[in-house]
Amino acid sequence: MDPVIFLIQVLNGVQYGLLLFLVASGLTLIFGIMGIINLAHGSFYMIGAYLAFSLTRLHGNFWVALAAGVVIAVAIGAALEWLVMRFLYQRDHLYQVLLTYGLILIFEELRSLVWGDDVHGVAVPQGLDFSIPLTDNLSYQTYRLVISAICLAIAFGMYWLIQRTRLGMMIRAGAVNREMVQSLGIDIGLLYRLVFALGVALAALAGMLAAPVSSVFPGMGNQVLIISFVVVVIGGIGSVKGALVAAIAIGLADTFGKVLVPQIAGMVVYLLMAAILLWRPQGIFGKA
Amino acid sequence: MDTQPRSLQILLIAGLVALAAFPLVGEKFYIQFITKIMITAMFAMSLDLLVGYTGLVSLGHALPFGLAAYALMFVTPENGAAGLWRSLAAAAGVAGIASLVVGLLVLRTSGIYFIMVTLAFGQMAYFYVHDSSYLGGSDGKYIYVRPVLEIAGWQPFNLENHVDFYYVALALMAFVYVTLRVLLASPFGRVIAAIKENEHRMQMLGFATFRYKLVCFVLAGMLAGLAGWLTAAHDGLVNPEMLSWHQSGQLLMMVILGGMGTPSGPILGAAALKLLELGFQGVTKHWQLLLGGFIVLSVLLIPRGLAQLFEWRRRG
Repeated sequence: MDPVIFLIQVLNGVQYGLLLFLVASGLTLIFGIMGIINLAHGSFYMIGAYLAFSLTRLHGNFWVALAAGVVIAVAIGAALEWLVMRFLYQRDHLYQVLLTYGLILIFEELRSLVWGDDVHGVAVPQGLDFSIPLTDNLSYQTYRLVISAICLAIAFGMYWLIQRTRLGMMIRAGAVNREMVQSLGIDIGLLYRLVFALGVALAALAGMLAAPVSSVFPGMGNQVLIISFVVVVIGGIGSVKGALVAAIAIGLADTFGKVLVPQIAGMVVYLLMAAILLWRPQGIFGKA
Repeated sequence: MDTQPRSLQILLIAGLVALAAFPLVGEKFYIQFITKIMITAMFAMSLDLLVGYTGLVSLGHALPFGLAAYALMFVTPENGAAGLWRSLAAAAGVAGIASLVVGLLVLRTSGIYFIMVTLAFGQMAYFYVHDSSYLGGSDGKYIYVRPVLEIAGWQPFNLENHVDFYYVALALMAFVYVTLRVLLASPFGRVIAAIKENEHRMQMLGFATFRYKLVCFVLAGMLAGLAGWLTAAHDGLVNPEMLSWHQSGQLLMMVILGGMGTPSGPILGAAALKLLELGFQGVTKHWQLLLGGFIVLSVLLIPRGLAQLFEWRRRG
């Protein structure tokens, strides 16, 4: 393979993987800390993309729209936790699956009511709508590099938040022993609400960032949901570091699968997952 | 399995009588609609054998279902009918062999990892069928003529007739129900129930738990194959969506909604979801909003599934 084409594929794979990481990290945090399997997580990605579409129309600047979108997503997340999720902590995982499946239907239909069923596009933000030339006829979209940079910055920010701050300490403690944290005088309900809202915001942010490079369409959340679960499980449930490694591995496998073995491209990611789980049933960074 | 509450027994018999009598009064649309529900109920019962009784939550149960449907398409000649026994054997055989191969691998994992590995195999089969032109690709293929049963020139029923098809589906649903109940009441059924409770203890007692789980997995796959064969014959077409994770997911929802590990739960769940879908579709274009709301409320208000509603005698 030509080295420049190879470089482009690597960049594409990493960029796709990092976007997956944003969605998957929220999923893995919500599962690892709150013990909730949230099928509706893909819906937040979709809502993010549609918010980006509406907010950029309302206000021309993409970054202002992005900030406003994150605030709205946090509000949605906190409200949802208070309305529904907090009744699920003590329930069997399967009922969480059933309830959040119901939420998917609701969100999908609300999307149809608010935005209709058309496919939309979002313009690449001003100032970034150019490509970097690599050879005479090959170039790379600058905005894709910006996506990767933002995602990496968020990954480092999350590492810092969870490992180095007092809040992160409470979150980690809450994952290990809910009762103990509670008896130390920490409001575990508030902590959970915060984690859930954070997860929702991450998924919505991924949707907003992805909107200019992919189109905004109905059902986009479901596609992302399944692949994000694959990432979470390969990385080891509850492990943010695992989610990062697995997301980039999946991003690269998917991208190179399409180039090298187009006839079985769709299967590559799942073959990888089956192989990894049969070798290490608890995921790469999971605890046995 | 202990005896069922009387209210449920009465309801079951009443339901069976009502189902047997329905074609005498029902319109064609509803006869076909209920046929679909009964096929789905069989499919859901096969999954409940794994989820509710053996404790194996599979999110790839569409795999044997879909492959069996494709098997019927494969053995049906271009412009003729397939033999009923031959095509049924092909469908159940393909579903059983696929389940055996997948089961040997996935049963090494457990818990949420089991859910995800079954999903992975389901998705592999989906993409394989989706990208194979000889299987019709993403469009799938039509089956123009339904299978025919002929015993020495005599046809006991004609599947092209919607009433005949209805009774065949009803008989098969009853067959699956009775098979599962007998199986679960047998010593074999006691062992898998114990495996669900505490697999380690069963291993210590000397049971080869892996083999028991594998038998369940293959049996559930073959019953799903029966449902797949019926669905393909009824609809007259196969397409990759039959293998998609939506199919597996929806089925799991029916089992959970109806009540896991209860004999009639999957039937109730399948019927409830299909009927609600039809009912809400009549009310508004945005029927999914109502269905989603119903599911959310049912989880919050009926913690153990619809079958619980008929269990009031047991409480207290």
